[in-house]
Parts: sequence; structure tokens; C-alpha cells
Amino acid sequence: MAKIEVHNLYKIFGPRPQEVLSQVQAEVPKDEIWAKTGHTVGLDNISLSVEQGETFVVMGLSGSGKSTFVRCINRLIEATAGEILIDDSQVLELSDREIKQLRREKLGMVFQRFALLPHRSVIRNVAYGLRVQGVAREERLQRAQHWIDVVGLSGYEQVRPRQLSGGMQQRVGLARALCTDPEVLLMDEAFSALDPLIRREMQDELLRLQQELHKTIIFITHDLDEALRLGDRIAILKDGRLVQIGTPIEIITRPADYYVEAFVRDVNRARVLTAKVVMDREVALIPVSTPPQDALRGMRKLNQYLSYVVDHNRKYLGVVLAEQVASASKAGDPNLAGTLIADTPTTTPDKVLTDLLAVSAASTLPIAVVDEQGVFLGALPKALILRALASEHEILRVLASEQEGEELLSAKAAAWEAGEDWD
Amino acid sequence: MNLFSQLGTWFQECRASLSQILTTFPEGCRIPLKEWSNDGLRSLVRNYGNIFDIVNDQVLLILYRLEGLLLALPWWLVILAIGVVAWSASGKRGLAVGLALSLVVIGMFGLWDDTVRTLTIMLLATTLTVLVGLPIGILAATSRTVQAITNPILDGMQTLPSFVYLIPMVFFFGLGNVAAIFATFTYAVPPMIRLTNLGIRLVDEQVVEASEAFGASTVQVLWGVRLPLAMPTIMAGVNQAIMMALAMAVIASMIGARGLGAEVLRGVNNGNFGQGLEAGLAIVVLAIILDRITAGYGRRLDYSTEPAQGGGRG
Repeated sequence: MAKIEVHNLYKIFGPRPQEVLSQVQAEVPKDEIWAKTGHTVGLDNISLSVEQGETFVVMGLSGSGKSTFVRCINRLIEATAGEILIDDSQVLELSDREIKQLRREKLGMVFQRFALLPHRSVIRNVAYGLRVQGVAREERLQRAQHWIDVVGLSGYEQVRPRQLSGGMQQRVGLARALCTDPEVLLMDEAFSALDPLIRREMQDELLRLQQELHKTIIFITHDLDEALRLGDRIAILKDGRLVQIGTPIEIITRPADYYVEAFVRDVNRARVLTAKVVMDREVALIPVSTPPQDALRGMRKLNQYLSYVVDHNRKYLGVVLAEQVASASKAGDPNLAGTLIADTPTTTPDKVLTDLLAVSAASTLPIAVVDEQGVFLGALPKALILRALASEHEILRVLASEQEGEELLSAKAAAWEAGEDWD
Repeated sequence: MNLFSQLGTWFQECRASLSQILTTFPEGCRIPLKEWSNDGLRSLVRNYGNIFDIVNDQVLLILYRLEGLLLALPWWLVILAIGVVAWSASGKRGLAVGLALSLVVIGMFGLWDDTVRTLTIMLLATTLTVLVGLPIGILAATSRTVQAITNPILDGMQTLPSFVYLIPMVFFFGLGNVAAIFATFTYAVPPMIRLTNLGIRLVDEQVVEASEAFGASTVQVLWGVRLPLAMPTIMAGVNQAIMMALAMAVIASMIGARGLGAEVLRGVNNGNFGQGLEAGLAIVVLAIILDRITAGYGRRLDYSTEPAQGGGRG
């Protein structure tokens, strides 16, 4: 069930947004709206839903409306039109008092520039949400202490935030957001102000926490690597419009348009693509009980030098090579058990390619992808890994330029023969 | 023909009066602001005189109690207390000792009692300034309408020569210390309101937004975030108010304020430069002491200047 649903959300900045709304809905270009009315379109017809326990990343460049979007969820910014549902309650129709109640009980928020209270100690910052709720001092300090321990800041309770490093300050921010035990966590570029190393550390921390807590997280970022690492699903915003929603793999392998493609072009695919996505599922499998001559006939027909061998439960056993099957056939073996090469590399489907590159390089044989029970799922030959790492349009470019290249080479060769210098 | 000559005379008369209007300001169209304000003032005193009397009595009572207490205490104890307060506010021991010593010097001028009297008036006027200025400043910061109303009034109060509002104070409270306190208050309250307003408006909106994101109510944001973070600027307002009040000490002595101001005034009237100099120096010392104490507290409350360990960003 969806935890948060957003339907046709609009946000227009300016003195009379309601009057401009109809023009925005009629898809008048934003430049024209700005020139004619002096209104800026922040969010343009956003509809999406966030599942319970999901980390939903909203990604876009600055000015894409992502920060506006997250503030519309808890109404720090009032949307112009549309509908937001959190657990079936109409957020945009809540009274002033009700929205405060919702923020106190269900929504936690982490900010890009930390936004800690500089005059309060770390523990009193973490306890702030509980203080707002009116929780008794004893209890709130106790609960704050728990979260300080969880984010690894024990010993810094009485320090003022400004005396901490950026990474530590954001740990305080995270603990503050978690301390009220909210169901939804809104994170607005939470790690963007941190050094790359610290940022990675905080991402790991969030992933670790999320494994235990299963919060519904809306995470705003402009960093694709971060989005791909953290997001169960990613929504890409451009100029206030939703361009694409999908899993990280979908975003990378099937970018919706040129904008998204430009975004994902430089991504480190090896870190994102998993064995499951890249592997070849259409491999012919041979049961180990097959007589060698039958196996050989099958392999010849499919023009295969190598075949994957499984038992009667599809459990992966190893590979056989055509020449060895041929000699086994001559020797009159009853089945493939004698020619089987059992010592081949295997992997689980969730491994990313980075982790598989060394394995693949160390063996001449392809990697077999198997599940926890050892059942064969697919094959990962070297060529497939390489092709996955090169993006599709790069491969196409190479194919296209191959012809040009040959022409260039032959021209140069002719020039060399004619005694001219290369180049 | 007759008609023509009549018209001609009328025309000439008109031309004469027109040329008179253009050369000298017409007397008939005087705005009687003088009469209006005097009448208003009189009717105020007539109708609410008893209220002013009550205020007068109460303030006078507080004034004499405080003054009596400070004068009854041994002089060295008062000086010691001021030194300790200066030390705790500024954190500088040398400064505190220097300030205490300069108070001793004033005592050696024979001005101890007058200094205490001026200090008492100062304290009461400043307290009144804070009590009135702070809430108005907060209101001005939270409402654009209030700010639009207060700003021109404050501009007027700050540019109107301070002698002008000595007069109504005498009407309300008669000659004496109470009129002086209220005149001083009127002079000192604009910077208090302005700096409170400014301080609250300058508070980092991100922090305010964060506390709102946790569901803080308007009052919780004001007391928990805006006021504490505006404190350095508000303390600068208190500091300014005190400095304005001290500047008013001599002027207020013209309507009967006792203390160092009166000494200076006496020096002027008697052509006694030395007498004026001694009292003037005493006012300077008082100003320095109060300035260092309030500025010291202001710095204490400023968290943005606290030493950062790892830098803001890293």
C-alpha cells in the first residue's frame, strides 16, 4: 500500500498563483508565463506514490523543484493545486493545528545545511522534536541519548553543534529527525554539503539504519551516484516536471529521454548494475545425466563450445567443454559426470559488477549466477560484462565508426607507402 | 462704462493682493498645531491627571527605594559588585579592576552620591525601555503592518530635538526625577525597538524552518528559536538604549533630574569649567562601565562566534 500519494501537484510562485494555474495546466511554456505574468512555475503536475518502507529518491539539478517538492509534503511550502495523501489523510486540507500535529508525529526532516539550534547542546538538539511535543524532560533526554548512541555521537552530548565537524553535525540532524520516531523521513540534500568521503560514510550509515528501521524515506539529491546507491526508486525532475520514475537499473538502462540519458552517461555503471540485470538468462542447460554423444550433438547444433550443467533440480554443477565431451563420447561414458569442470566461479544475483570484475578476470570460464539454494539463474561471460559496462550508445558509436576507421587506416597506409609521414 | 471701471478697480485690487500673497506667506491660513497640541495636552492632564499622579508616585517610590538602598550600602561593596558583574560579563579581569578603580576615582571627586543617583535613574529608564521596547520590537518583527506603523514614528522620535519632549513630561509629572525618567525613556526606546526587530528578522531562516518542520507552534518558534538567536542584537539594543539614556542625563537635569547631569548644568550656569569637567568625566566612566557589561553579555550570547572545531562544512 502506498504510504504517500501525490496527485497532480502544482506549485506556482508569485503574487496570484491561482490566476496563472489555468495557463500552466494548458501547458503554456514557462518562459512565456514568466514574461507575461511574473510567476515562476515550481512544480508542474507531479503525480507519484511512495510505498511504505521505501527509500524514494527525488533527483534533479538545482532549480528543478526537488526541494520545493519535499517542502510541499510537510507544507513548509503551500502547494498551489493538487492532492497529497499520507496514510489516506488529505495533507493539503489539514488545518493549521492538524498539520503541526502531523509534522510532530509522522514526519521527520533532515536539512542540507543541518539547521541545528546553535544555542542548544547536541542532546537538546536531538530532543527538540520531543520538546515540541511536550514530552517530559527525563523521557526526552533518555530517548535522545538512545539516538545519539545509534548515530555514534556518544560523548558529545553536551557539546554545541558549531563545535562539531560537518559530518558530525549531520549525524545530529539525523538523530534529531529519528528521535520522534516518525514514519516518514524527509531528507533535503541531507549529505550534499559534506565531503565525498564523509558523504559516503553517511550514506552507508543511512542504509544501515534503514535496514533496521524500514522508514519511508523521501530523499532529495542532485547526485546521481547517491540516488543510485540509496534509492529503491528514483524520480527525476526537470524544470518542475517529472521526467521519469523507475528503479536505479531502469533509469540507467532505459533512460526516458535525452535529459536523463545525459544524466546517467557518466555514472559508474559497474557500481550500479547487478549480476541479475546483466546476466544471460537464455542459456541452454544440460542435465548431468545426459549421455555425452547427445550432449555433443546439442552443442554442435547450438554452435556452443561450452555448456552449463545442472542436476534434476536445476542446481548448478559446472560446465563442460565441447572437446572433452567429444572424447568422453569416444570413451563411452554413460553421463557427463566424468567431464564436468566443477571448479567455476559463481555469484549471487545481487552482486554489482565492481565486485565481479576481479572474479571474471581470474578465470577463463564464465561466471554462473546462482541463488542461495544453488539453482542456476543465468550466465555472465566476459563479453557480457564488458558490454554492460560500455553504455549502449557508445557501442553504437563504435560500430558506426568502425567503417570510417577502416577507410582512414587504408588511406594512411596508402600515404605511408607513398613515402609521406603519418598524420 | 461704469461697469468697466468697477471691473478695472477690482482687477487692480486682486493684483495687489495676489502680489502680496506671492511675496509674504499669507497669515490667514495658519495651521494652529500649537493650540491643538496644547489643548490636547491640557485635556489629557485634566482628564487623566490622577493616573499620571499614580504613576508618578509609584515610580518615585521605586526610585527612592533603589536610590536609598544603593546609598545605604557601603560604597566599596557597590563598587565591588559592579566590578564582579563586569568581570562575569566580559570575562576580562583587568578590565573589571580598571572599571572599579575609575569608580573609586569618581568617589574621590566627591561625586559618589550623584553617581548613584544618575545610575538609579539610568537603571529605571533602561528597565522601562526594555519592558516596553522588547514587546513592540517583537510585534514589529512578526507583523509587517506593525513595522510599517512603528518605523515612521521611531524616525520622528529619533530626529525630534530631545528638548521638545521635555515639555509634555513636565506637564504630566511636574519637574523632577520621574519626568526625567520618562523623557529619557522616550529618547532611548527607538534603538531598543529597532534592534529587537532587526535581531529577530536576521535569525537564520533555515533554523526557523527546521523547528517548524518538527511541528513547533508560533510561540515555540519565538521563545525557543527566534528570541534566543536574536539575543546578541537585542543586547546591542539594550546597550544603545543605555548609551542614549546617559546622553540624556544632562538634558534631563533641565527638568529637575538630580545627579551628575545636574552637576554639569550647575557648572554651565556658574561658568565653572572644573565642576562640569568632573561630573562629565563621571558620566563617561558610567557609560564605559555599562557599555562593557552589556556588550560583554551580548558577546556571550552570540553562538556564531564560538570557536568551531572542524569547520562549518567539512
